[in-house]
Amino acid sequence: MNSFGLYKKYCLIHLKCVMQHKVSFFLTTFGLFLMSFNIFLGVYFMMIRFHQVNGFSYQEVLLCFAITLMSFTIAEAFFRSLDTFDSIIRSGEFDRILLRPRNCLFTVICSKIDFTRIGRLLQTILMFVYGILFSTIHWTLFRIIVIVLMILSGIIVFVSIYLIFASICFFTLEGLEFMNIFTDGAREYGKYPIGIYGKTIVTICTYIVPFSLFQYYPFLYLTGKTENAWYGLLPIAGCFFLIPAILFWRFGLSRYQSSGS
Amino acid sequence: MKKYGSFFRIRFINGLQYRMAALSGIATQFIWGIMEVLLFRAFYQASPDSFPMTFQALSSYIWLQQAFLALYLIWFWESQLFDSITNGDVAYELCRPIRLYNMWFVRGMAVRLSKATLRSFPVLFFAWLLPSPYGLTLPDNWYTWFFTLLAMTLAFLLVVAFGMIVYMSVFYTISSQGVKLLASSVSEFLGGAVIPLPFLPDKIREVVNLLPFASAQNVPFRIFGGDLVGKEMYQSLLMQCFWLTVFLLIGRAMEQRALKRVVIQGG
Repeated sequence: MNSFGLYKKYCLIHLKCVMQHKVSFFLTTFGLFLMSFNIFLGVYFMMIRFHQVNGFSYQEVLLCFAITLMSFTIAEAFFRSLDTFDSIIRSGEFDRILLRPRNCLFTVICSKIDFTRIGRLLQTILMFVYGILFSTIHWTLFRIIVIVLMILSGIIVFVSIYLIFASICFFTLEGLEFMNIFTDGAREYGKYPIGIYGKTIVTICTYIVPFSLFQYYPFLYLTGKTENAWYGLLPIAGCFFLIPAILFWRFGLSRYQSSGS
Repeated sequence: MKKYGSFFRIRFINGLQYRMAALSGIATQFIWGIMEVLLFRAFYQASPDSFPMTFQALSSYIWLQQAFLALYLIWFWESQLFDSITNGDVAYELCRPIRLYNMWFVRGMAVRLSKATLRSFPVLFFAWLLPSPYGLTLPDNWYTWFFTLLAMTLAFLLVVAFGMIVYMSVFYTISSQGVKLLASSVSEFLGGAVIPLPFLPDKIREVVNLLPFASAQNVPFRIFGGDLVGKEMYQSLLMQCFWLTVFLLIGRAMEQRALKRVVIQGG
């Protein structure tokens, strides 16, 4: 069986698994929806008070928020196992995975798919559609490609961060809470275009963790704040973040000494 | 009283064990605070006139919020308590010669306080070092300090009392998931954890101010920054006392009713 077919099988199993506890599934989904709805309300009330921030209108902010949150949610739903990798290592589950005749990273990713994130995904789609319909963006084929690239690149950047977390667990055997700054923090503060936080933050988010490459620069082009079409292609550069992440995973894997349980 | 004291001490010391977690918590809170301040700065630059409070007061609000997160974050649930009701372990607790409500109330206080003790001071100290409008500005009179501390205590007790209602409700519903989710999300926004309440439109704010959640962190943090003064402050303090009493009464009534016909789950 090829990897894709296997992945589909895993998806089905996970789906059947959550459907065993339907009430719990819907409650969790609904809860996640409510939680991110709170953040939306925060943005909404701030924007009706101030009308614009750094030249971005309410619709534009919403579109930006939708793009970031969508990338994050998709990455979280399908790569959740990397986020909770420390428990996989500590429970000895990873030693079992190593025995299987498939790539171990692939098997780890298959081990958990979180369908409860659908609640949040629904919200991002609503915001996304609203942002596209009501913003004053002049749509061209290239801009449509740019927005798709932004979402794809966002997913890859978040997955790379998860992969780096997971690799760190090889050495520490424990998840580091402060790493949440890069995932939850990016979700929380990526609701506005990164530029509003000032130059220093943009620099950090360009060269250290490439958030601005998929969120800020292409968004400037999308909303017509800059004519430089190269900005629209920067999301592709963001994808290269995956390379050091994978190398780090390999390095961690080569140093792995079971947790002993 | 002594038994509560020692119970408090046990939980408090237990909480102090997690130093590494506290350290990364401090780092997270500090960065969170900086981002929040920068975010509001952008809005301030967009239109200073629409700002409902001074920037200094807002910065103080943000830093206090980050420093005392463990005290006022409603969704800091103790899953052990939920589990003990669901799986029947609560029977052991009922064997003790202490009233369940009081015991868990003290426990909730101790857990939150121990977390806050480790985390708050470094964050406050760093925030105090930051340049003027972005950092923590200390009030210059004893009057403000006094009322801040008073409001902080009331708000803290209120949060713990609210948590008790949620724990007690599990005796009736068994599954904690639904209540937890609803309580977490509603209280978060209405309590001013997402954006400070003064930023809400006036009409909505008038309603929100009457709700119990506005009597939590909203009051002390705004008093500290000098945003809540005079008659309005006394009103808020009275509201705090009112809601605290209501929550205590509801929680204790729920406990008594639940324990009269409690069914111990599991074996």
